[in-house]
Amino acid sequence: MDLLLNQILAGISTGAIYACMALAVVMIYQAIDHLNFAQGEMAMFSTFISWQLMQWGLPYWVAFAITLVLSFIGGIVIERLLFKPLAKAPILTNVAGFIALFAILNSSAGLIWDFTIKEYPTPFGSSPFLGSQLISTHQAGMIGVTVLLLIALYVFFRYTRIGLAMRAAASVPESARLVGINTSWMIALGWGMAAAIGSIAGMLIAPVVFLEPNMMVSILLYGFAAAVLGGLTSPFGAVIGGFLVGIIENLAGTYIPGVGNELKLPIALALIITVLVIKPAGLFGRPVVKRV
Amino acid sequence: MTLSKRRLLIAAIAVGLTSTCNALAQKKYDTGATDTEIKIGNIMPYSGPASAYGVIGKTEAAYFNKINAEGGINGRKIKFISYDDSYSPPKAVEQARKLVESDEVLLIFNPLGTPSNTAIQKYMNAKKVPQLFVATGATKWDEPKQFPWTMGWQPSYQGEARIYAKYLLKTKPDAKIAVLYQNDDFGKDYLKGLKDGLGAKSSMIIAEEGYETSEPSIDGHIVKLKASGADVFISITTPKFAAQAIKKLAEMNWTPLHILTNVSASVGGVIKPAGFENSQGILSAAYAKDGADPQWNNDPGMKKFFDFLAKYYPDANKLDGSVVYGYGAAQTMVKVLQMCGDDLTRANVMKQAASLKDFTPDTLLPGISINTSPTDFAPIKQLQMMRFKGEKWELFGDIISSE
Repeated sequence: MDLLLNQILAGISTGAIYACMALAVVMIYQAIDHLNFAQGEMAMFSTFISWQLMQWGLPYWVAFAITLVLSFIGGIVIERLLFKPLAKAPILTNVAGFIALFAILNSSAGLIWDFTIKEYPTPFGSSPFLGSQLISTHQAGMIGVTVLLLIALYVFFRYTRIGLAMRAAASVPESARLVGINTSWMIALGWGMAAAIGSIAGMLIAPVVFLEPNMMVSILLYGFAAAVLGGLTSPFGAVIGGFLVGIIENLAGTYIPGVGNELKLPIALALIITVLVIKPAGLFGRPVVKRV
Repeated sequence: MTLSKRRLLIAAIAVGLTSTCNALAQKKYDTGATDTEIKIGNIMPYSGPASAYGVIGKTEAAYFNKINAEGGINGRKIKFISYDDSYSPPKAVEQARKLVESDEVLLIFNPLGTPSNTAIQKYMNAKKVPQLFVATGATKWDEPKQFPWTMGWQPSYQGEARIYAKYLLKTKPDAKIAVLYQNDDFGKDYLKGLKDGLGAKSSMIIAEEGYETSEPSIDGHIVKLKASGADVFISITTPKFAAQAIKKLAEMNWTPLHILTNVSASVGGVIKPAGFENSQGILSAAYAKDGADPQWNNDPGMKKFFDFLAKYYPDANKLDGSVVYGYGAAQTMVKVLQMCGDDLTRANVMKQAASLKDFTPDTLLPGISINTSPTDFAPIKQLQMMRFKGEKWELFGDIISSE
């Protein structure tokens, strides 16, 4: 019983990592209808920028805010320079673009900051949380921030003009254009927001997994799994999906004989496939109906 | 008549002498070596998941530059050709072929990674090209009968693990051991060494957890190991995961006797990021000096090392254990080539590599030396235990042989 509780708690805390990343994945999917394979590397790069700012002596929250702004601008710049010209290209061309971006960001980070792991500070402290020795204050803080982010996004998409415009541009671009929405800039805005959310995810994850150029590679995979499980169109689903993936992964590793540790990663993949087969829209996503 | 006879005799002696001299000075070469140059190949993960180790190749290139600037080896300059394999075995095979067949190197020195070396081992032995001082601690490089062209360099993982087993049996015979290991050749090699070392008492290991390098965080495994009630935690991990484990243990207030493999014992690369306050009392073993440790600042060998860095590799991070590693390995390579003299055949390179006696590169711990023989292809076999205190490792106990 104790072990079960421990594993669930440990699952929730790793799940928070996946949830953060899944939010960024959903954000970009909302804007461009594709999964961005370079999402993790963009987050990693932002995190390095904030680390660098702190190395130069800026306090945590100042570095945090500057990084957020820089990432937002960076996301828009990437869209304008790289992906706007590809907007009408076939999907495979876009995928190649994502992978190129992945390689470029990963290698440049290695070149600039080298590959040794770096300690990354946490604003929440790392003592045990509320006397529990299984979850640290940082992990609790991370869960808190994820939830706040989720609420902010919900309000943004539901009640602000620009949020509604973005949703319209993504789901019915032609009608959106007809009512005067600049869909091209909505996409750029989506990139900027995804990059900013990614940078928050990166800055929250780095104290747990340590900062290095490859830190996001495997996390992004789980982030995808979480987003698909919860529904690629639903930020709420993505967060729930993140926690579920974390818990399922831990419990399956502990209790299903034969799965053990060797098969922990395939569990994430199995989840993606199962969801896609049984409920393609995910647990909380809206099924997409297309007129044929 | 007598005069001409004497002349003839003198001439004959002279001819005889010169011919013996010729025989003595006869230069023998295989592909890759000439009067002016020795070509050495190398394969490193400059990109990809293990790219942190690429520093080793860069250090070696810098060291050979230093040797060349000082006149080379017996008048021959070293041409060091180092290729990237991204830590991918198929690429390593491709690069090994390129080095042997197109660049025509004399030997391949210090190729990195157990998977990559495993992939090229058969090829190198079939081609009879030395695969010398491979940069991996797997135990399988010490098989001179089966693979006479392959030789390791650093202490084997199994050997190191046996030293920990010896230590535990002696100081904590009733230990309950929990092991966290990386689920690949590296981790399993250590685990085998540990179990062999414990022998009949291998039931002291009460919990084992393997993790994959693709896992973002290993917290779940540590939670499980803590639940086992163990009082010794052996961390068979690579740097990132070693640091995560140290931090997680501190967060959970779990304070078992913590043993950390040498692979992850770097102060700059692991302990500092994980936090000095979280790392007090951790045990490990070492064979080389740590560039980040001030106790070596006045050590003559390390002074030579720091001078070398200042002059030939100024951007190097001296906290990075890979720099110390590359320096020691390159120095061993140069030593072997010096011993070869003018007989630069591949067979002689292996013969000389297998006859190193008490050779001590500048960066090895005092008391540890390199010894090889035709039946012993494991150059470094000794280690010393150390304990982390304050901001550095403190060596304790005797130099222990892992055999």
